[in-house]
Amino acid sequence: MLQTSPNSHPVTAKGLMKFVETSQGRLDILQQIDLEVAAGEAVAILGASGSGKSTLLGLLAGLDEASAGDVTLFGTTLGGLDEDGRAALRAGQVGFVFQSFQLLSGMTALENVMLPLELVGHAHAEQAARDALSKAGLAERLTHYPSQLSGGEQQRVALARAFAPSPKVLFADEPTANLDAHTGEKVAELLFELQEQSGTVLILVTHDEMLAQRCDRRLYLREGCLESDR
Amino acid sequence: MNPFMLALKLLRRDWRAGELRLLATALVIAVASVTAVGFFTDRIERAMARQATEVLAADLRIESNRRLDEALSNEAEQRQMRQARTLTFPSVVLNNGNSQLVQVKSVSANYPLRGKLQVRDQVNGTTRYADDLPGSGEAWLEERLLPLLGLQIGDRFKLGQLEFTLSRIITYEPDRSANLFQLAPRVMINQQDVQQTGLLGPASRVRHNLLIAGTPAQISDYRAWLDAQQISGIQVQDIRAARPELRAALDQGGRFLRLAAATAILLCVVAVALSSRRFVERQADTSALLRCLGAKRNQVLQIFVIRLLGLGVIASLLGSLLGLAAQTLLVELVGHWFTQQIPPPSPWPLLSGVATGILVLLGFSLPMVTRLAEVPPLRVFRRHLGAPPIGYLLFISAGVAALATLLIWQIGDDQMAFKLIGGLLGGLLLLLLIARLLVTLLTPLRTRTAGSWRYGLASLSRNPITTSVQLSGFGLGMTVLLVLALVRVDLLSNWREALPADSPNQFLINIQPDQVDGVRNHLQQSGIPSVGLYPMMRGRLISIDGKAVSAGDYPNPRAQRLATRDFNLSQATSMQTDNKIVAGRWWSQADWGEPWFSVEEGIAKTLGIPMGALLTFEVAGQQVSGKVTNLRSVKWDSFNVNFFVVGTPGLMQDLPATYITSFYLPDEQRTVLHKLIHNYPSITALDVTALMKQVRGIMDRGAMAVESVFLFTLAAGLIVLYAGIQASHEQRVQETAILRTLGLSRQQLILSITLEFALLGGLAGVISAGLASGIGYSLSTGVFNLPWQFNPQLWLVAVFGGAIGIGAAGTLASWSLFNTPPILVLRRA
Repeated sequence: MLQTSPNSHPVTAKGLMKFVETSQGRLDILQQIDLEVAAGEAVAILGASGSGKSTLLGLLAGLDEASAGDVTLFGTTLGGLDEDGRAALRAGQVGFVFQSFQLLSGMTALENVMLPLELVGHAHAEQAARDALSKAGLAERLTHYPSQLSGGEQQRVALARAFAPSPKVLFADEPTANLDAHTGEKVAELLFELQEQSGTVLILVTHDEMLAQRCDRRLYLREGCLESDR
Repeated sequence: MNPFMLALKLLRRDWRAGELRLLATALVIAVASVTAVGFFTDRIERAMARQATEVLAADLRIESNRRLDEALSNEAEQRQMRQARTLTFPSVVLNNGNSQLVQVKSVSANYPLRGKLQVRDQVNGTTRYADDLPGSGEAWLEERLLPLLGLQIGDRFKLGQLEFTLSRIITYEPDRSANLFQLAPRVMINQQDVQQTGLLGPASRVRHNLLIAGTPAQISDYRAWLDAQQISGIQVQDIRAARPELRAALDQGGRFLRLAAATAILLCVVAVALSSRRFVERQADTSALLRCLGAKRNQVLQIFVIRLLGLGVIASLLGSLLGLAAQTLLVELVGHWFTQQIPPPSPWPLLSGVATGILVLLGFSLPMVTRLAEVPPLRVFRRHLGAPPIGYLLFISAGVAALATLLIWQIGDDQMAFKLIGGLLGGLLLLLLIARLLVTLLTPLRTRTAGSWRYGLASLSRNPITTSVQLSGFGLGMTVLLVLALVRVDLLSNWREALPADSPNQFLINIQPDQVDGVRNHLQQSGIPSVGLYPMMRGRLISIDGKAVSAGDYPNPRAQRLATRDFNLSQATSMQTDNKIVAGRWWSQADWGEPWFSVEEGIAKTLGIPMGALLTFEVAGQQVSGKVTNLRSVKWDSFNVNFFVVGTPGLMQDLPATYITSFYLPDEQRTVLHKLIHNYPSITALDVTALMKQVRGIMDRGAMAVESVFLFTLAAGLIVLYAGIQASHEQRVQETAILRTLGLSRQQLILSITLEFALLGGLAGVISAGLASGIGYSLSTGVFNLPWQFNPQLWLVAVFGGAIGIGAAGTLASWSLFNTPPILVLRRA
């Protein structure tokens, strides 16, 4: 039996399952996942393509509904919430970094970073966004649009956006996969630096062993099952 | 979070980033065309109506056979409206042993309030506008009186007890009597002289007229006041009650302009629907991200709806201002066609423009945009998850509700509005079915073709929904453009041809039966093509189905007048060529002996005469009764001789009749008429050239206004086509990058995209030609009452024009794809 408190373990999963019904019968994507992530911890989830890494990330972040089992985020069981309830729980407390950056092309770097702050009604959204971009080394790029930034710069804007509201948990999906090795390295550097400074929980999905090595803990997804460090 | 503030911020960013450019452009152009049409038609219709008020020489005419109550004039004065008075009465002028029945008209200062008198100072002088009136002791005469009385300019003659000097010849008098056939030649004198002629005895048949002019609001207020007074013995006329031929021309012009407005609205909705769909596709990521970052469904909904409405208000205001500017240019363009200044724009079209923009968004954009709130947040990981597709039923009901409101409101004609909506819905259904069929047919074809053909066909069949949407957009856009072309070319020319250049401009009346052959020969020998001479009897309708006809039975003033006045009746074996049977049938030779009547549909409706009714007329002391066996529609604006009631020869041949004819007389042959009148002095000749010029002027100006308005609709049509091309852009960006990465050459890529669009365009051409022919047929026969002809050119233009035009435009619009390195696109994905 897992004994957790929201403060010590902001993210937990118990008996988590995801399957889909197909014409050939049930297809299991995730099977009986149990997981506890402690405050301030950085956890890497590794696995081959199609192993269900992103599915697990989606379930842990409350973006998707589990077929069975439950996820608890900050002490609240997601299974009891509807989509709006899960969104409210995420607001300001959960950050995301995506493989494809997911910056809104019509907005400048500053505006992109302001977005999550504005969503939670942050009183000084612009200043906080400026600070976040400054920490990401993009103080000179505030008014640039995503199309005017390099891939590495775009991902750094995404990191600034993710950390700006000081989230308790950050979910990162292959944050360096779209970048060359050198740029990827710098982005990873920034990611872990910001995570350490803020004490945010980091759940990182990747197939990059080197990147995973920088986390406190590594978990492997094989055929839908989660295994700990070898 | 304050969704309102965030929505406005996002809107500002969208605007700057060009995210909403297509939707906004579609809306701006659409609203601009609607408001330009609105402003322009509002002003032109008012100008046309004002021009048409020339027929009354006023906006309102109050007529009576006794002295008019001073209260009528005082009230007009109190309301600061302009007024003038005229008196008309028949009299006889004697000069050098010649006597002639004339119609005297005395006029006060300010006459005419609308239109202008035209005069000549010498018999052979040039016609000019008169800026004054006959002075005291002066008389202006109609030209045909001069030979009849042996008078020259400057001669003096006696009218009643007073002597007048003939100072000018009147060539045009705006308010020439409404009944052309009761006209004696005009003598116009000053109001000051009329009492001294001594002709206004108690038994004289004087008509007192009070002419009033003012703003439309003043006129309608005054009219309301007048109606409330319930004064008996007066007849009130405004333009609608004036001459039927002018009313017909005005109504037709109004219908064309309203059709132009309706087509603009149709294009507007197609463009907005297409660009909204693209907006939803492009905003799915934003929606997913907002939900991912913690926004609730309602907040996302609010953000998008507020953005949409904000966009609607801004674009509608911009569109309205653009429309306002555009109509100024239009009015400049056609302003010189009007003899009077065109009234300034009223604020209504501006309001209706903004309301139109919002309503279009509510009906055609909102149902789609609300789907954005349903985008699953998981889309941030799985790009294939998008907004759930909108239910057709919801989309169609929202669209139909918005469209019905807009069309009925804008064109004010339920019948036309529902025909257009029916056509649109039918067309949409047909387009969707054909698109589906196409996808099914193309799928096996893909495997049998190679290279660019294969990719082109594959693009069409791979995504049936996008293909259907594009096909619907192209099809509807092209249908409207084709209907427009049909209306412009076919309907307008048919309308103009309704009054060809050689329409009759002369009427001869009071031809005695023994003069018929002589008149016919005279005209034929003078080179006037053979003309029909029609018997005419004057008769009063005394009973319908045995029930006596009394003015008191009718609430309608026109019906009251008709019930008390003599009709012009005629007899005929065959129907006038420009008449059309609307109920029953025309009589055959075997029926000539039957006691039957044929009645014009309008008068039948006004007087409540049903098919099969037994009518009794009193003609020259004799009663004739007959059954109504058919109802006819009559083109009053054709200027042919026409009658409200026509009887069979068996019924009418023994009644005393005079004959009437009409024919076209070119200006240079005017001597023909002088000789004819000299030979047959009892015949009355009426020259309606001026009146025809007036009617033709209204038609020409109307046609020109309609054509100018159609330019806007054309611009709106082009934006619809552009929106159609853009509908598949997002998908194409990705596909072309992949194809190029896989080694497809630039030429092959261009060819495959050109083929894809050309195929879509050609197919849309086939469908739109079919739809346009159907709509054109229904409009010409059902709404405009014009003949319809199959137009094979339309099909050729539609199919080849569609293939070439859309093929070229689609290729050009996709040009950036051919030059973008595929790596950039793939990286973005």
